[in-house]
Amino acid sequence: MGGEAGQGLQTIGGALAKVFSRNGFHVFTHQDYMSRVRGGHNFYQIRFSDRRVTASRDVLDILVALDLNTIETHRKSLREKGIILYDSESIKKKFEEPEFIDVPFKKIALDVGKNRVMANTVATGAVLGMLGIGLEALEEILKTAFKKKGEEIIEKNIACARAGYDYTFSNCPRCETLRLQETENRKLMLINGLQAIGLGALMSGCKFYSAYPMTPSTGIMNFLASKAEEYGIIVEQAEDEVAAINMAIGASFAGVRTMTGTSGGGFALMAEGLSLAGMTETPVVIAEIQRPGPATGLPTRTEQADLLFVLYAGHGEFPRVIFDPGTPKQAFHLTNKAFELAEKYQVPVFIQSDQYLGDSQWTFEDFDPGRLIYNGYRLREADLEGSGEYKRHAYSGTGISLLAVPGEAGKQLVVTDSDEHDEEGHIIEDSETRIEMVRKRLLKKMPLIRKEMEAPCLYGDASPKIVLVGHGSTYGVIREVVDIFSKEQKISMLHFSEIYPLPERDRFDYLEFMENTDLVVCIENNATGQFAKFFRAETGFEFTQLITRYDGRPFTVENLKEELHAYI
Amino acid sequence: MPTFEDYEGQVPTWCPGCGNFQILSSLKQALVELGIEPWEVLLVSGIGQSGKLPHYMKCHTFNGLHGRTLPVATAAKLANDALHVIAVAGDGDCYGEGGNHFIHAIRRNPNVTLLVHDNQIYGLTKGQASPTSAQGTRSKVQPFGALSEPMNPLALAISLDCSFVARGFSGDPKYLTELMKAAITHRGFALLDILQPCVTFNKINTFKWYRDRVYKLEEGYAPSDRLKAFERALEWGERIPNGIFFKNSRKTLEELIPVIRENPLVRQKFSPEDTKRELEKFY
Repeated sequence: MGGEAGQGLQTIGGALAKVFSRNGFHVFTHQDYMSRVRGGHNFYQIRFSDRRVTASRDVLDILVALDLNTIETHRKSLREKGIILYDSESIKKKFEEPEFIDVPFKKIALDVGKNRVMANTVATGAVLGMLGIGLEALEEILKTAFKKKGEEIIEKNIACARAGYDYTFSNCPRCETLRLQETENRKLMLINGLQAIGLGALMSGCKFYSAYPMTPSTGIMNFLASKAEEYGIIVEQAEDEVAAINMAIGASFAGVRTMTGTSGGGFALMAEGLSLAGMTETPVVIAEIQRPGPATGLPTRTEQADLLFVLYAGHGEFPRVIFDPGTPKQAFHLTNKAFELAEKYQVPVFIQSDQYLGDSQWTFEDFDPGRLIYNGYRLREADLEGSGEYKRHAYSGTGISLLAVPGEAGKQLVVTDSDEHDEEGHIIEDSETRIEMVRKRLLKKMPLIRKEMEAPCLYGDASPKIVLVGHGSTYGVIREVVDIFSKEQKISMLHFSEIYPLPERDRFDYLEFMENTDLVVCIENNATGQFAKFFRAETGFEFTQLITRYDGRPFTVENLKEELHAYI
Repeated sequence: MPTFEDYEGQVPTWCPGCGNFQILSSLKQALVELGIEPWEVLLVSGIGQSGKLPHYMKCHTFNGLHGRTLPVATAAKLANDALHVIAVAGDGDCYGEGGNHFIHAIRRNPNVTLLVHDNQIYGLTKGQASPTSAQGTRSKVQPFGALSEPMNPLALAISLDCSFVARGFSGDPKYLTELMKAAITHRGFALLDILQPCVTFNKINTFKWYRDRVYKLEEGYAPSDRLKAFERALEWGERIPNGIFFKNSRKTLEELIPVIRENPLVRQKFSPEDTKRELEKFY
């Protein structure tokens, strides 16, 4: 579906994606939008299938054109026997070729709904008519969407959807080939990466989220704000990202689980605060949702070019953890793990992702709430009884000190400092204490944290000739490409979502695995191969083959396949 | 009841004669007189000579980054509004590096007390002009004198309808203690700008300079009139008024957030079980 910003693509796309998932289809959606509120060219791609779909494609079966630009831009992507759905009156141009079906969205909306705004509902109904998917699910969705506007509006929208449906169902002979068989009678979960991160935070007990709005990270703040009242969460819009991270640190020090979120430019402002979290051993979870830079870059598009930045950000040396999920389900569980590790080790933990995964919706049978970890590490008066005088930064074998809640821990005082400090938290400058504190804060903790990291995911052939290596949001596209090539090749994917520190190799020696494979290709959505550089720095392993994409767009199945033909 | 000794911390490393000593003792005195126990207070400070103050006391302490006291203090108050949260900052710290946070903390109006050690100079970095230095103040990095107009923190705060605006002087610790008590007990964001000499780097605004100019707002002055308060805040030079310039009873940030109306955030129980219904909403 294509059109200008403000024409309602998200309404139509969102409704259709839900209709498909409620009808038992697997769905993958991808949004390609410009940094503007009105006009321009936006694009909303939906794939659905009886099999799992996890990536964007370059070919289209149906193109819904809300403006002429969409036809001109995407007509070439239409598959043979594909169909373009449009309203000649709205776009002021009539096409006579057989692939076009002209449906008077606006006229039907006016005739049936008495309101041209309902043209989008007509279009949604028309797509379902083409596919022969019944309107039951759409009716439910319309009832929920227009609940506040009253019965009449709901009835009119349903009538408009029905009229759109009837029009294409009976006036489109070419649509016959698209008519779908019934799928399994099941409902699937439909969720995008940002919602999954927000949900993960909510279900991990996040009580405070402070951020400055920044595309593409704002969806997390929107999600948590919508749950604030029901679950007792404070969502504070900070005056800048410097304040955002300092607030997250302040509330965490005071005793609640906190998170902040931003994109690369905002994170640049957080670097000093990150270092403060490291020094004061204050747990904090940071979502860094990448978009292409440098500077403002391509604000609504996607890239994986902040990995090294997040890895090295902040002055001085302190521990950190970086996760980069490959699917919304991983995003959910890794956000939960981020809260667990942040509090267990009293360190900053990153959920790094990007616009592509953030805005893409996937379907799942379910998430696994049974796998959620929730340990309260924050101590109160009763927990501290008999432990003597409390010292916030007391030395210990693991480097982890007790984390008390100020004011809730009896008369014990909680003191910390961004200056180097002693066990109590007071400012010092002597070399012995400095050495002990670096050992405690960094050197003792890091090996323990490494043990918590899961091995990379191996998908495909267990002893392949070709292995495609990816991290973060490239999971879906690499997986589909592996499926395609595996008919003729011994091929597999090695996907890293728990990035830093790299997991130990005792359970799965991924290094040996790659060394024993003929062809190893690292695939990254950036220009310089940041993951490959990072991996070499950490392990000494050098990727000789690199496929990159840095035009601000994600890899598509066709595009990655094409790139791989150079090797395979 | 707490005693002065309960608040005794490390031995200060400030220069002998520094105005900070009186600020420190006035703060301890104010807390003792108010009957506030050390474990009921969180001091949040930044970087600068003022930032070290909490180490010379005994209470919960977060000594954070330069300029970032107010975001930390605001959020800590939101997380646990049962604590008395006092932010301690300097003129460079709060009005320079943290100027944006100063403006927005006033707008938000958390029930936080802000004490600004205002010596009109940078001490820790050795004598550069601060946002409150007089125009023309010469230093190693201002060879032509400070080029900018000094900031008037009181006038700025009043223009933003700050909930409590006052000025004190380290040379009158008794009155300073009274002002601190008023600021701490005020419901809402309270700014107390404290004039203090820097004996090492500020050779102009000396103890004598302040003592000759400072006077108390007259008895009968009503701090409820914002325009009058603004007018008095502009008074600077030969005569410098001290006292409570302005007060209002704006709702605090905490009062406007329904989720902490009953219980501080830190006391709210969480169980993942209670959130499971959220998963259903994605089908």
